[in-house]
Amino acid sequence: MTKSDPLTTNDIDKIARLANLPLNEAQARELTEQVGVTVSYVSELQTLATDNVTETSQVTGMENVLREDEIDTTRMFSQEEALSNAKRTHNGFFVVDRVLEEK
Amino acid sequence: MLIDLPISELSEKLRSKTVTSVDIISECYDQIEAHESKLNSFITLVDRETAIAKAKAIDETIATHASPLAGIPYVMKDAYLTRGVRTTAASKILDSFIPPYSATVHRKLEEAGAILIGKMNMDAWGHGASTENTDYGPTKNPWDQERSAGGSGGGPAAAIAARFCSFGIGEDTGGSIRNPAAWNNISAMKVTYGRVSRYGAIAYASSLDTMGPTAKTAQDCAYVLETIAGVDPYDATSSPKPVPPYTKEIGASSKGKKIALPSEFFGDALDPEIKAAIMEAREVFESAGAEVTEVSLPLLEYGVPVYYILAPSETSSNLSRYDGVRYGGKRSLFTKENKRRIMTGTYALSSGYYDAYYKKAQKVRSLFISEYTKLLSQYDAILSPVTPIMPSKFGELLDDPMKNMMADLYTVTVNIVGLPSLSLPCGFGKTNLPIGMQLVGNMFSESTLFALGHTYQQKTDWHTRQPTLVSSK
Repeated sequence: MTKSDPLTTNDIDKIARLANLPLNEAQARELTEQVGVTVSYVSELQTLATDNVTETSQVTGMENVLREDEIDTTRMFSQEEALSNAKRTHNGFFVVDRVLEEK
Repeated sequence: MLIDLPISELSEKLRSKTVTSVDIISECYDQIEAHESKLNSFITLVDRETAIAKAKAIDETIATHASPLAGIPYVMKDAYLTRGVRTTAASKILDSFIPPYSATVHRKLEEAGAILIGKMNMDAWGHGASTENTDYGPTKNPWDQERSAGGSGGGPAAAIAARFCSFGIGEDTGGSIRNPAAWNNISAMKVTYGRVSRYGAIAYASSLDTMGPTAKTAQDCAYVLETIAGVDPYDATSSPKPVPPYTKEIGASSKGKKIALPSEFFGDALDPEIKAAIMEAREVFESAGAEVTEVSLPLLEYGVPVYYILAPSETSSNLSRYDGVRYGGKRSLFTKENKRRIMTGTYALSSGYYDAYYKKAQKVRSLFISEYTKLLSQYDAILSPVTPIMPSKFGELLDDPMKNMMADLYTVTVNIVGLPSLSLPCGFGKTNLPIGMQLVGNMFSESTLFALGHTYQQKTDWHTRQPTLVSSK
């Protein structure tokens, strides 16, 4: 951690929630320090002037790569294939955890 | 050993029936049985009977196969989907995952008649430079088993150095093909972004990921790249540019070629043994008629910060799909290093910090592109070390985010810009550990790099040296 940009365990708890990562207290403590080290190191970029620079998100130079909106049967899964790696299935469907509470 | 021969020669022998694919495959499995327990390079070994059956089928039909890779054994980093063969990305999350489809690269190699013998160890999800951040135990360096085989693709590199196979397929996001190549004394091509389809490769950071060959020589890599490169309708970022005949163009002379040597790569961070080896390589290129000039690439030190914003950001997004519902295990199974990168990336993308980190890094990425474009408009290639340090001892890079990041100092900038880079063996340190160099070229200049590499390998014999483990029985 640096003085300029300290991360707190509260920050780490918030990021862990956003990232859907379950952390125990020891892990959260360790990550507070380690992510802090990385973040303060990458902050070095702030010293570079980039006022009139546009961002680069990809380097191919290609735009709007399109294809016909047609079904490609060679890459279709059967229902059995689509479910082949699922741990919990029921009648040909994925079983997921309940997200809605009963009243 | 047969497996010491170049692909071109093996292929000729297969066609003239002086050697069979069964002979080659059997030799590889014997070698694996003798030495794999010392290295731990495989996550999944294809069973011997399956591979031999494929080899027999190739031997019977060899005259009908156009590809020089027919009957040749290869391995893949475990980041590629291989239909019916377990694929883990070295993470317990995918411990029992059997892909229902294949990566384009795998499909092309199967169609060529090459024979897959294993899925190889790596840092889980590509996160690391030492194949220690894996759920399957670290891969040991064939040159010194107390040291790391590099990463993230330590498994395929160690397997080639140990003569378990002819070639391997790696994946390079920040150095994952080149760093293990350097530490195992093998050759490898990190291709131009888009040169090879990413379809079916498990994504680390999508705007940086590239798929490429690793083998004993530049020429062998050229044979493999010729087979796997090209546009793919299933990957919209794959380039429609025609694939040059790399193996025909590899004989091009290096006379008059201009090579840049940026002074920033030779600072205090660099191990003096590596520096000395690169300076010797410089003389080899000069003796071949190339012109080597010292130049400056002032942005270099900002490469690691840009990479460690962009790559974690993209990986936090890519890995968010692993929710354990449709396939795979729970998110608590991510390794410590995975969690560090997911957390760093999520932070960099989070509201209030996005402009300061992610957007800023994307802008600096543009600065890198201009700086490299300018330099490469005057030079055919840039010569530099691959890693600042010799192969690390186990534990040295773990749990120290700074050390871990600095191992990538010389490799990550190439991914940020999208350029190709050929990694080649260029010497040994006092304790008989291998040293690698890289030649970086313009977008889609793989052919030029292969030719320079081939020239170098005609004039040197570093690439023919084998770890003592290979010759001992």
